[in-house]
Amino acid sequence: MSTSTIQPGTLHRPLTAGDVAAAAPLPDILPPVRARRGLIGFLRRNPTIAIGGGLMLLIIAVAILAPLLWTVDPTALAPARRTREPSAMYWFGTDMLGRDVYSRVLYGARVSLIVGFAVAFFSSVIGLTIGLVSGFVRWADAIVMRVMDGIMSIPSILLAIALMALTRGSVGNVILAITIAEVPRVSRLVRGVVLSLREQPYVDAAVASGTTTPRIILRHILPNTLAPLTVQATYICASAMIAESILSFIGAGTPPIIPSWGNIMAEGRALWQVKPYIVFFPAVFLSLTVLAVNLLGDGLRDWLDPRMAKKV
Amino acid sequence: MSSSTGAEAPLLDVRNLQTHFRTPDGVNRAVDGLSFHVNAGETVAIVGESGCGKSVTSMSILRLIPEPPGKIAGEILFQGKDLLKLSDKEMRAIRGNDVSMIFQEPMTSLNPVLTVGRQIGETLRLHQGLSGAQAEAKSIEMLKLVGIPAPERRVREYPHQLSGGMRQRVMIAMALACNPKLLIADEPTTALDVTIQAQILDLMRDLKHRVGAAIVLITHDLGVVAEVAERVIVMYAGRKVEEAPVRELFSDPKHPYTQGLLGAVPKLGSSLTGEETRLAEIPGLVPSLKTRIDGCVFAGRCPKVTDLCRAVAPALEPKAPRHTAACHYAEKELMAA
Amino acid sequence: MFAYALRRIVATIPVMAVVALFVFSLLYISPGDPAAVIAGDQATPADVERIRASLGLDRPYLVRFGDWVWQIVHGDLGTSIFTNLPVSTMIAQRIEPTLSLMVITLILAVCIAVPMGVVAAWKQGTWIDRAVMAFAVLGFSVPVFVVGYLLAYVFALELDWLPVQGYTPFARGIGPWFQNLILPAVALGGVYIALIARITRATMLEVLQQDYIRTARAKGVGQRGILFLHALKNAAVPIVTVIGIGVALLIGGAVVTESVFAIPGLGRLTVDAILRRDYPVIQGVILLFSFTYVLVNLVIDLLYTLFDPRIRY
Repeated sequence: MSTSTIQPGTLHRPLTAGDVAAAAPLPDILPPVRARRGLIGFLRRNPTIAIGGGLMLLIIAVAILAPLLWTVDPTALAPARRTREPSAMYWFGTDMLGRDVYSRVLYGARVSLIVGFAVAFFSSVIGLTIGLVSGFVRWADAIVMRVMDGIMSIPSILLAIALMALTRGSVGNVILAITIAEVPRVSRLVRGVVLSLREQPYVDAAVASGTTTPRIILRHILPNTLAPLTVQATYICASAMIAESILSFIGAGTPPIIPSWGNIMAEGRALWQVKPYIVFFPAVFLSLTVLAVNLLGDGLRDWLDPRMAKKV
Repeated sequence: MSSSTGAEAPLLDVRNLQTHFRTPDGVNRAVDGLSFHVNAGETVAIVGESGCGKSVTSMSILRLIPEPPGKIAGEILFQGKDLLKLSDKEMRAIRGNDVSMIFQEPMTSLNPVLTVGRQIGETLRLHQGLSGAQAEAKSIEMLKLVGIPAPERRVREYPHQLSGGMRQRVMIAMALACNPKLLIADEPTTALDVTIQAQILDLMRDLKHRVGAAIVLITHDLGVVAEVAERVIVMYAGRKVEEAPVRELFSDPKHPYTQGLLGAVPKLGSSLTGEETRLAEIPGLVPSLKTRIDGCVFAGRCPKVTDLCRAVAPALEPKAPRHTAACHYAEKELMAA
Repeated sequence: MFAYALRRIVATIPVMAVVALFVFSLLYISPGDPAAVIAGDQATPADVERIRASLGLDRPYLVRFGDWVWQIVHGDLGTSIFTNLPVSTMIAQRIEPTLSLMVITLILAVCIAVPMGVVAAWKQGTWIDRAVMAFAVLGFSVPVFVVGYLLAYVFALELDWLPVQGYTPFARGIGPWFQNLILPAVALGGVYIALIARITRATMLEVLQQDYIRTARAKGVGQRGILFLHALKNAAVPIVTVIGIGVALLIGGAVVTESVFAIPGLGRLTVDAILRRDYPVIQGVILLFSFTYVLVNLVIDLLYTLFDPRIRY
């Protein structure tokens, strides 16, 4: 090894750039990547959150500001002006009873949003509770999960239809029926997180050192559940909006006096071959809203858990 | 400059290979300006720490780098043909046929849902046009060659029914099925038990003599290098920093990085003195390949670093006969002109 | 294998029991007098009494549940309040269109969605991948009846290529039968295709990163061999699982699709029964759909061994 060891003493002066052979510089074969930071960077990296969130905010604004957006009373009947085509006067036309479709569609956003958010909220809270109980209380787990499996074996729309068939149509009952159908999915998710976390050494250690269950839930379980639960809640919001419209469409949902997108389409159904616009406008609004929520969900999923992004 | 050795053209001549990857936070210059050659029947080892670009090099030769996000530039001359200029179809005709590969993880490198026979036979059917029955017969023959007992039974089994050592034998059988001229072995023994490691190395050496294939051995295990390689290329941060015949490299490493690596190998018998038993570690971390390095790539960890090293990247220069290194301060021995 | 199959079949019994109990109890967990609810707002007290008697509401809950299960096991799903026909007869009359629609949709969806997902994974990050993903998110977002009306409007009303509505029984010729089912199948298939394409893409992306795919490439296997032999077979288990789970979407969607396209199937029967509050029919249909769903997933579970030799029972 001695031959190659550098011995400064053997050199009369330090080497300079002129004394040595420099390696030829290498070209770039790929264009450089520019990383962005801040809110703009975040939105650029997560375009689905930007688009979905933007669209969502717009629809919420429309729902809240409906009375200010050149609407008339959405339930005002005017038999003389039935089934008018869209025009400068009636932007989206009028329905069979002469009601202004534009106003009905704008007010209809309220029902969809309320149902979507309420179902997402209630099924998250109930599902979280059931999932926690089932993940921590061994004896309850088997029973709870059998019941959940059973409910999940009933296609959720069918279950909601069956529940609605027996109750008087009201927005509250629609929310309840769809929530019952969605709860099993959330509780399975939460239970899964609890069970996998219970295997983690740090949770094990917390249990062994006598930390109380509520503390473990608060410190370890909830923070880890939050991300998947948020994503799941977004998807539930989207499917609840679709479920509401299906229920209303087949006549087992929101009562006909309340303008909801499903109701407007159900009423336009008889005339859809001659007056397609009555079905068209609520359909577009419904699809766009659900799309916004789904995009938001996809974006949140990719952002909160890049690993999960690869799964579905 | 390294192609000056043999009179005839080398089997594989890699010139100025650059393999870069686009990542969200910059371009990763995994291999940057690597040149080396392999003569027919020769065994060349490429060594370096993990992340130095040796595996990327091996994947680049067979163009197994996904493009995008990757990009390969330079020249890879195999039997005089530039592999980077071939069509996908021409490239496929070479893979597994003229050039084949053995991977590090025998546990995961075999397809779990296809039988062993099907996986060996696939190569034969693709490149030699054998029928199903012929391919199975040849597969059994190959399994026998690599020393798997009861090959007639094993050929119908799935990888999960075999042990790790056996799976690596299957990989070797698969790689050698079409009598390749060049075998690229990427850490072929790393994932195996020590006793199995020795068996697999013996097998490779034995088969190499029988088949006459050249081998490019990618490894971080200098013990393996000493045992099988004829010539060694030392890589660091995507570049070649030294190249020499195996004996010369071990006895007289020129580059401070190689010296560090060799210092990190426990020497036999040194444990008696009690001084050198600890593995010499090279302090510091491999530099990020996502930023351009102006000076010497090893400057950040080199014990002998000077300002010159940080400013000027050293060229690979001959330091002794058949021995090159990229260090301003490595002494040149007198060489016959 | 056989023992496992038997165990799996036995394991579905509690699930089916929960379903049965749930469906049975639906009538009683709703607020108010179920007989009055079923009878509707315009019913006379006599109507309510008649319904109460026909449902056997005067006897204890568990006794009634026992009787009900006993009847179901013997193939008796009760009698319709509205038509006075046995529910099983009504279902038998309506099952062909629904079964036809679902089978065609299933085949169509799998044939379209799996290659779509495979290609998207292969071309990850390109416009093809993005188009598939955009289609998938649209499939999840546009409700089945919206797709239905759109298709009917374009292909039946405007272009006049296919019938607008209705159903032709299979016995009257495969051509007319199929023609009538194309649009409903595409409409119903949208969300199902989205679901399968997405899981196929996701699973394939994961599989394509595996070491054995690199090995296959290094052997000189072509792109098609890599995708459809080496990768797809490894991705099969999750894909097949989702195909089974997605049958729930088909069932729920069929109810709506049949309304849009005026197909006289079980979905129409359900909707009509709801509007008439014909509870025995609702119970019967839901029970049938749920049991079908459980059985489909049981069969799929048993099929796993075909795709993955590592799964041994």
